Amino acid sequence: MSRETTVNLLLALLLLGTPLLAAGLGEPFYVTLATRVTVLALAAVGLNLALGLGGLLSFGHAAFFGLGGYVAGILATHAFNAEPLFADIPATTSMPLIWVTAAAVAGLVALPIGAVSLRTSGVYFIMITLAFAQMIYYFAISWPAYGGEDGLSLSMRNAFPGVNTAKPLPYFLICYAALMAALLLFRAIEGSRFGSALQAARQNGTRLAAVGIAPFHIRLVAFAVSAMITGLAGALYADLNRFVGPSMLSWHMSGELIVLIILGGKGRLFGPVAGAMVFVFFEYVLGGITERWQFFLGLILLGIVLFARGGLLGLLSGKPRHV
Amino acid sequence: MPGLHAGIRSVIHVLPNEAWTGLLFTALLIEQLLNGLQLGVMLFLMAAGLTLIFGVMGLINLAHGSLYMIGAFACATVAAATGSFWIGLIASLAAAAGVGAIIEVAVIRRLYDRDHLDQVLATFALILILSEGARWLFGSFPLYLDIPLLLQGAVPLPGGGQYQLYRLAIIGVGIAVAVGLYLLISRTRLGMRIRAGESDREMIGALGVDIGTLYTVVFALGAALAGLAGALVGALQSVQVGMGEPVLILAFVVIVIGGIGSIKGALVGAVIVGVVDTMGRFLLPSLLALTMPASQATTIGAALASMLIYVVMALILAFRPSGLFAAQA
Repeated sequence: MSRETTVNLLLALLLLGTPLLAAGLGEPFYVTLATRVTVLALAAVGLNLALGLGGLLSFGHAAFFGLGGYVAGILATHAFNAEPLFADIPATTSMPLIWVTAAAVAGLVALPIGAVSLRTSGVYFIMITLAFAQMIYYFAISWPAYGGEDGLSLSMRNAFPGVNTAKPLPYFLICYAALMAALLLFRAIEGSRFGSALQAARQNGTRLAAVGIAPFHIRLVAFAVSAMITGLAGALYADLNRFVGPSMLSWHMSGELIVLIILGGKGRLFGPVAGAMVFVFFEYVLGGITERWQFFLGLILLGIVLFARGGLLGLLSGKPRHV
Repeated sequence: MPGLHAGIRSVIHVLPNEAWTGLLFTALLIEQLLNGLQLGVMLFLMAAGLTLIFGVMGLINLAHGSLYMIGAFACATVAAATGSFWIGLIASLAAAAGVGAIIEVAVIRRLYDRDHLDQVLATFALILILSEGARWLFGSFPLYLDIPLLLQGAVPLPGGGQYQLYRLAIIGVGIAVAVGLYLLISRTRLGMRIRAGESDREMIGALGVDIGTLYTVVFALGAALAGLAGALVGALQSVQVGMGEPVLILAFVVIVIGGIGSIKGALVGAVIVGVVDTMGRFLLPSLLALTMPASQATTIGAALASMLIYVVMALILAFRPSGLFAAQA
């Protein structure tokens, strides 16, 4: 077993063990905190597929995160008011159905955005993905039907067959299972022919084209799958907070998702998990000490970017995974 | 001019109803066009700095919006202390250029040979630091800045409308800056070095130009332009933390449309974005009202108008993936 695998297993156990312990001690707050870590990690696993494996620096993944959240919020609101969505299609509060819808909507929106953005590269790609996310953000703000600037509150958490989702621990376990499934998918993709092509597209698109694989299509599929995972995380995040608002779509969110990956280690399987743990830890500890925690978070982040490259996993498990 | 204005007014009064509405519409149209131009000029001041910094140093600077905010805060604070908008304006230039130079020497300098990801993250961290720092210094309540006495009042428009003199002055400043930048870059030694830096950084370093100082100067110049934009807008809106971010993202759209690294592209892109955005918000609801109930048209029109410039950007990029005036590869 390589050192990184050991570190990964320890991280997975730590993330599972902490809330179990906290629930045993009657501290539901820490269970919710761990759920936040889990859901943010899931969103970042999605981005890691595009950013880490594909080298696609999307600064607009908040769009997919927020879309997933709004799918959950809108379906739940319609179901609560017993209004059909469109003509005859009923809304639902069933989580599995909501997840499928959230992932599908995120993926379908990602296809045209990706098709335009992937015509460019480098700085253009960063700015265009950012701009598209802002477009959706402003649309959400100026569209009053679903709360506009105020967002949308869910009167209760959506339902999962056989599980009481209102309790913190069962909901954490659902999110944890989703995260583990996404990590398995990430590893499967990484090792597949598609994953090899995607990484080759990152390293040298021209060579990939020379062996007969069009980098554009590979990247577009990766971008859409990445958006679907992040969209699913958005739906879980909406249920966690029982609220969805434009802040989920904002560019700060996109920035945070990138930060999570970099804190943990870009392109590494458990990078987003480690990153989310560190980020939420900083947020919680600094937030407890000072109201100005963002100031210090900025300083820490700046220090990490300038002086500690490779992220937490680079620190813990040594050798970089790719050059 | 007032005589002419009164003349137009009296003509309007004797015109039949339909023609009167038409004239009123024309006046409104001109007013909105000028508003669009004013927004465009504002965006040009931001985008020129961004695109200059990218062109010369290859750096993507998310913290440019924070420099805009610093300019506005400096202007509002100094104007409140001294009672003079003009001293405030000078202070905003000095503060933004100063903070820009400090940031360049302390942080940005280490990022030039890093990849874009590191640049994005480090400048994102700078935003957190500068925004929270500004909140620390100035509090969460917005500050207000008055339009200077000299520029208060309105100017009559052809067609019977009135237009705020201050906004016209902003348009004038923008045009002056565009001309000044053009002269600076095409006619001076500094401009020659900037152009040389854009085409081959290593070479001008090898030829004995102090490239470190050149970078600091270019960064401070871009920062000063952002600070100027912030101070000028500060008198139209409230001055508060986070005011730079929406402008920054619009400025990104501008330089993506115009072609990153091109000042000319920034100017054209800024005017396109400014006019399209303003006219979209003005015209779309009325256009939609022709096909649907008015209340619905207002809502849908406003929502669509907020997306319009991004659609325009996507269309332009679909045909010209590196912008209208791509400067270099």
